[in-house]
Amino acid sequence: MKHVIRYVIGFVVSVALTLAAYFFVTGAYFAGSVLIAVIAVLALIQFFVQMFCFLHLDEDEQPRWKLAVFISMGVTLIIVVFGSIWIMNNLNYHMMPPGEMDAKMMEEKDKGF
Amino acid sequence: MNTQEVAKVNNKYQLGFWVYLMTDCLLFGSLFATYAVLRGATYGGPTEADIFEMPFVLAETLILLTSTFVCGLGLVAAKAGKQTWTIILFGLTMLLGIAFLAMELSEFSKLIGEGFSWQRSAFLSAFFVLVGTHGAHILAGLIWVVVMLVRVTQRGLTPNNLRRLSLFALFWHFLDVIWIFIFTVVYLMGVAK
Repeated sequence: MKHVIRYVIGFVVSVALTLAAYFFVTGAYFAGSVLIAVIAVLALIQFFVQMFCFLHLDEDEQPRWKLAVFISMGVTLIIVVFGSIWIMNNLNYHMMPPGEMDAKMMEEKDKGF
Repeated sequence: MNTQEVAKVNNKYQLGFWVYLMTDCLLFGSLFATYAVLRGATYGGPTEADIFEMPFVLAETLILLTSTFVCGLGLVAAKAGKQTWTIILFGLTMLLGIAFLAMELSEFSKLIGEGFSWQRSAFLSAFFVLVGTHGAHILAGLIWVVVMLVRVTQRGLTPNNLRRLSLFALFWHFLDVIWIFIFTVVYLMGVAK
């Protein structure tokens, strides 16, 4: 019974978060980087809800090997994903054609750099 | 084997499968990184906002979410020894999974029919590889659940079948976790202005 309740909670919260993210995007309540940040946070909350309610990350035996593998995966994942995005953006920035570079510099000058 | 030994062996299987799932997460992580880098590289072809149909993708997401929920209930029924309920609930999991895969394939065939296949641009290559890899996992899960349905019907809820069902449930929940990020990063961020 305890497990049924956990599955129901996980399901209801996941549906609510999915619909919330969907309506934030289609309804245009936020815009630009604020909207991206809001839906990224909603996805992360849903990720942890499902890790606990469906994948039972907390029902681990001592020593907590499941958690240890999970954390090492998370660290590697963050390095790979954000490292790739950072390096490739930096590369694009430095390999910009001269015309685009001028436009970019004017744009950053307007921002006050 | 007594029940304690059975539990110990099951924990070993669970941990081994968990390690597999986490390495699979890294596979998807590198595909997400590729997608994030290439999403703007459209080469004059369609952009993300041009090709994604949001109500359709929302329906796909809710179907997969319901499927994973029903799968969890099926595992509870299996652990309680209710064979008929186990077959009904895992059968429903399978039907919802088939519906999800059919929707994904129809989206793919529509895109290819319009000339927007993976050959069109780097963005579309990354899109098809990321979403297609998830679809291939769903197909593998569907084959697995069909095998399990046959085995449970033939031999009942033996300790071996229970263990395999719990590993299948873990796999199916994991695929829904990956889909959260596909839905958010690929679809929602693709159409967000």
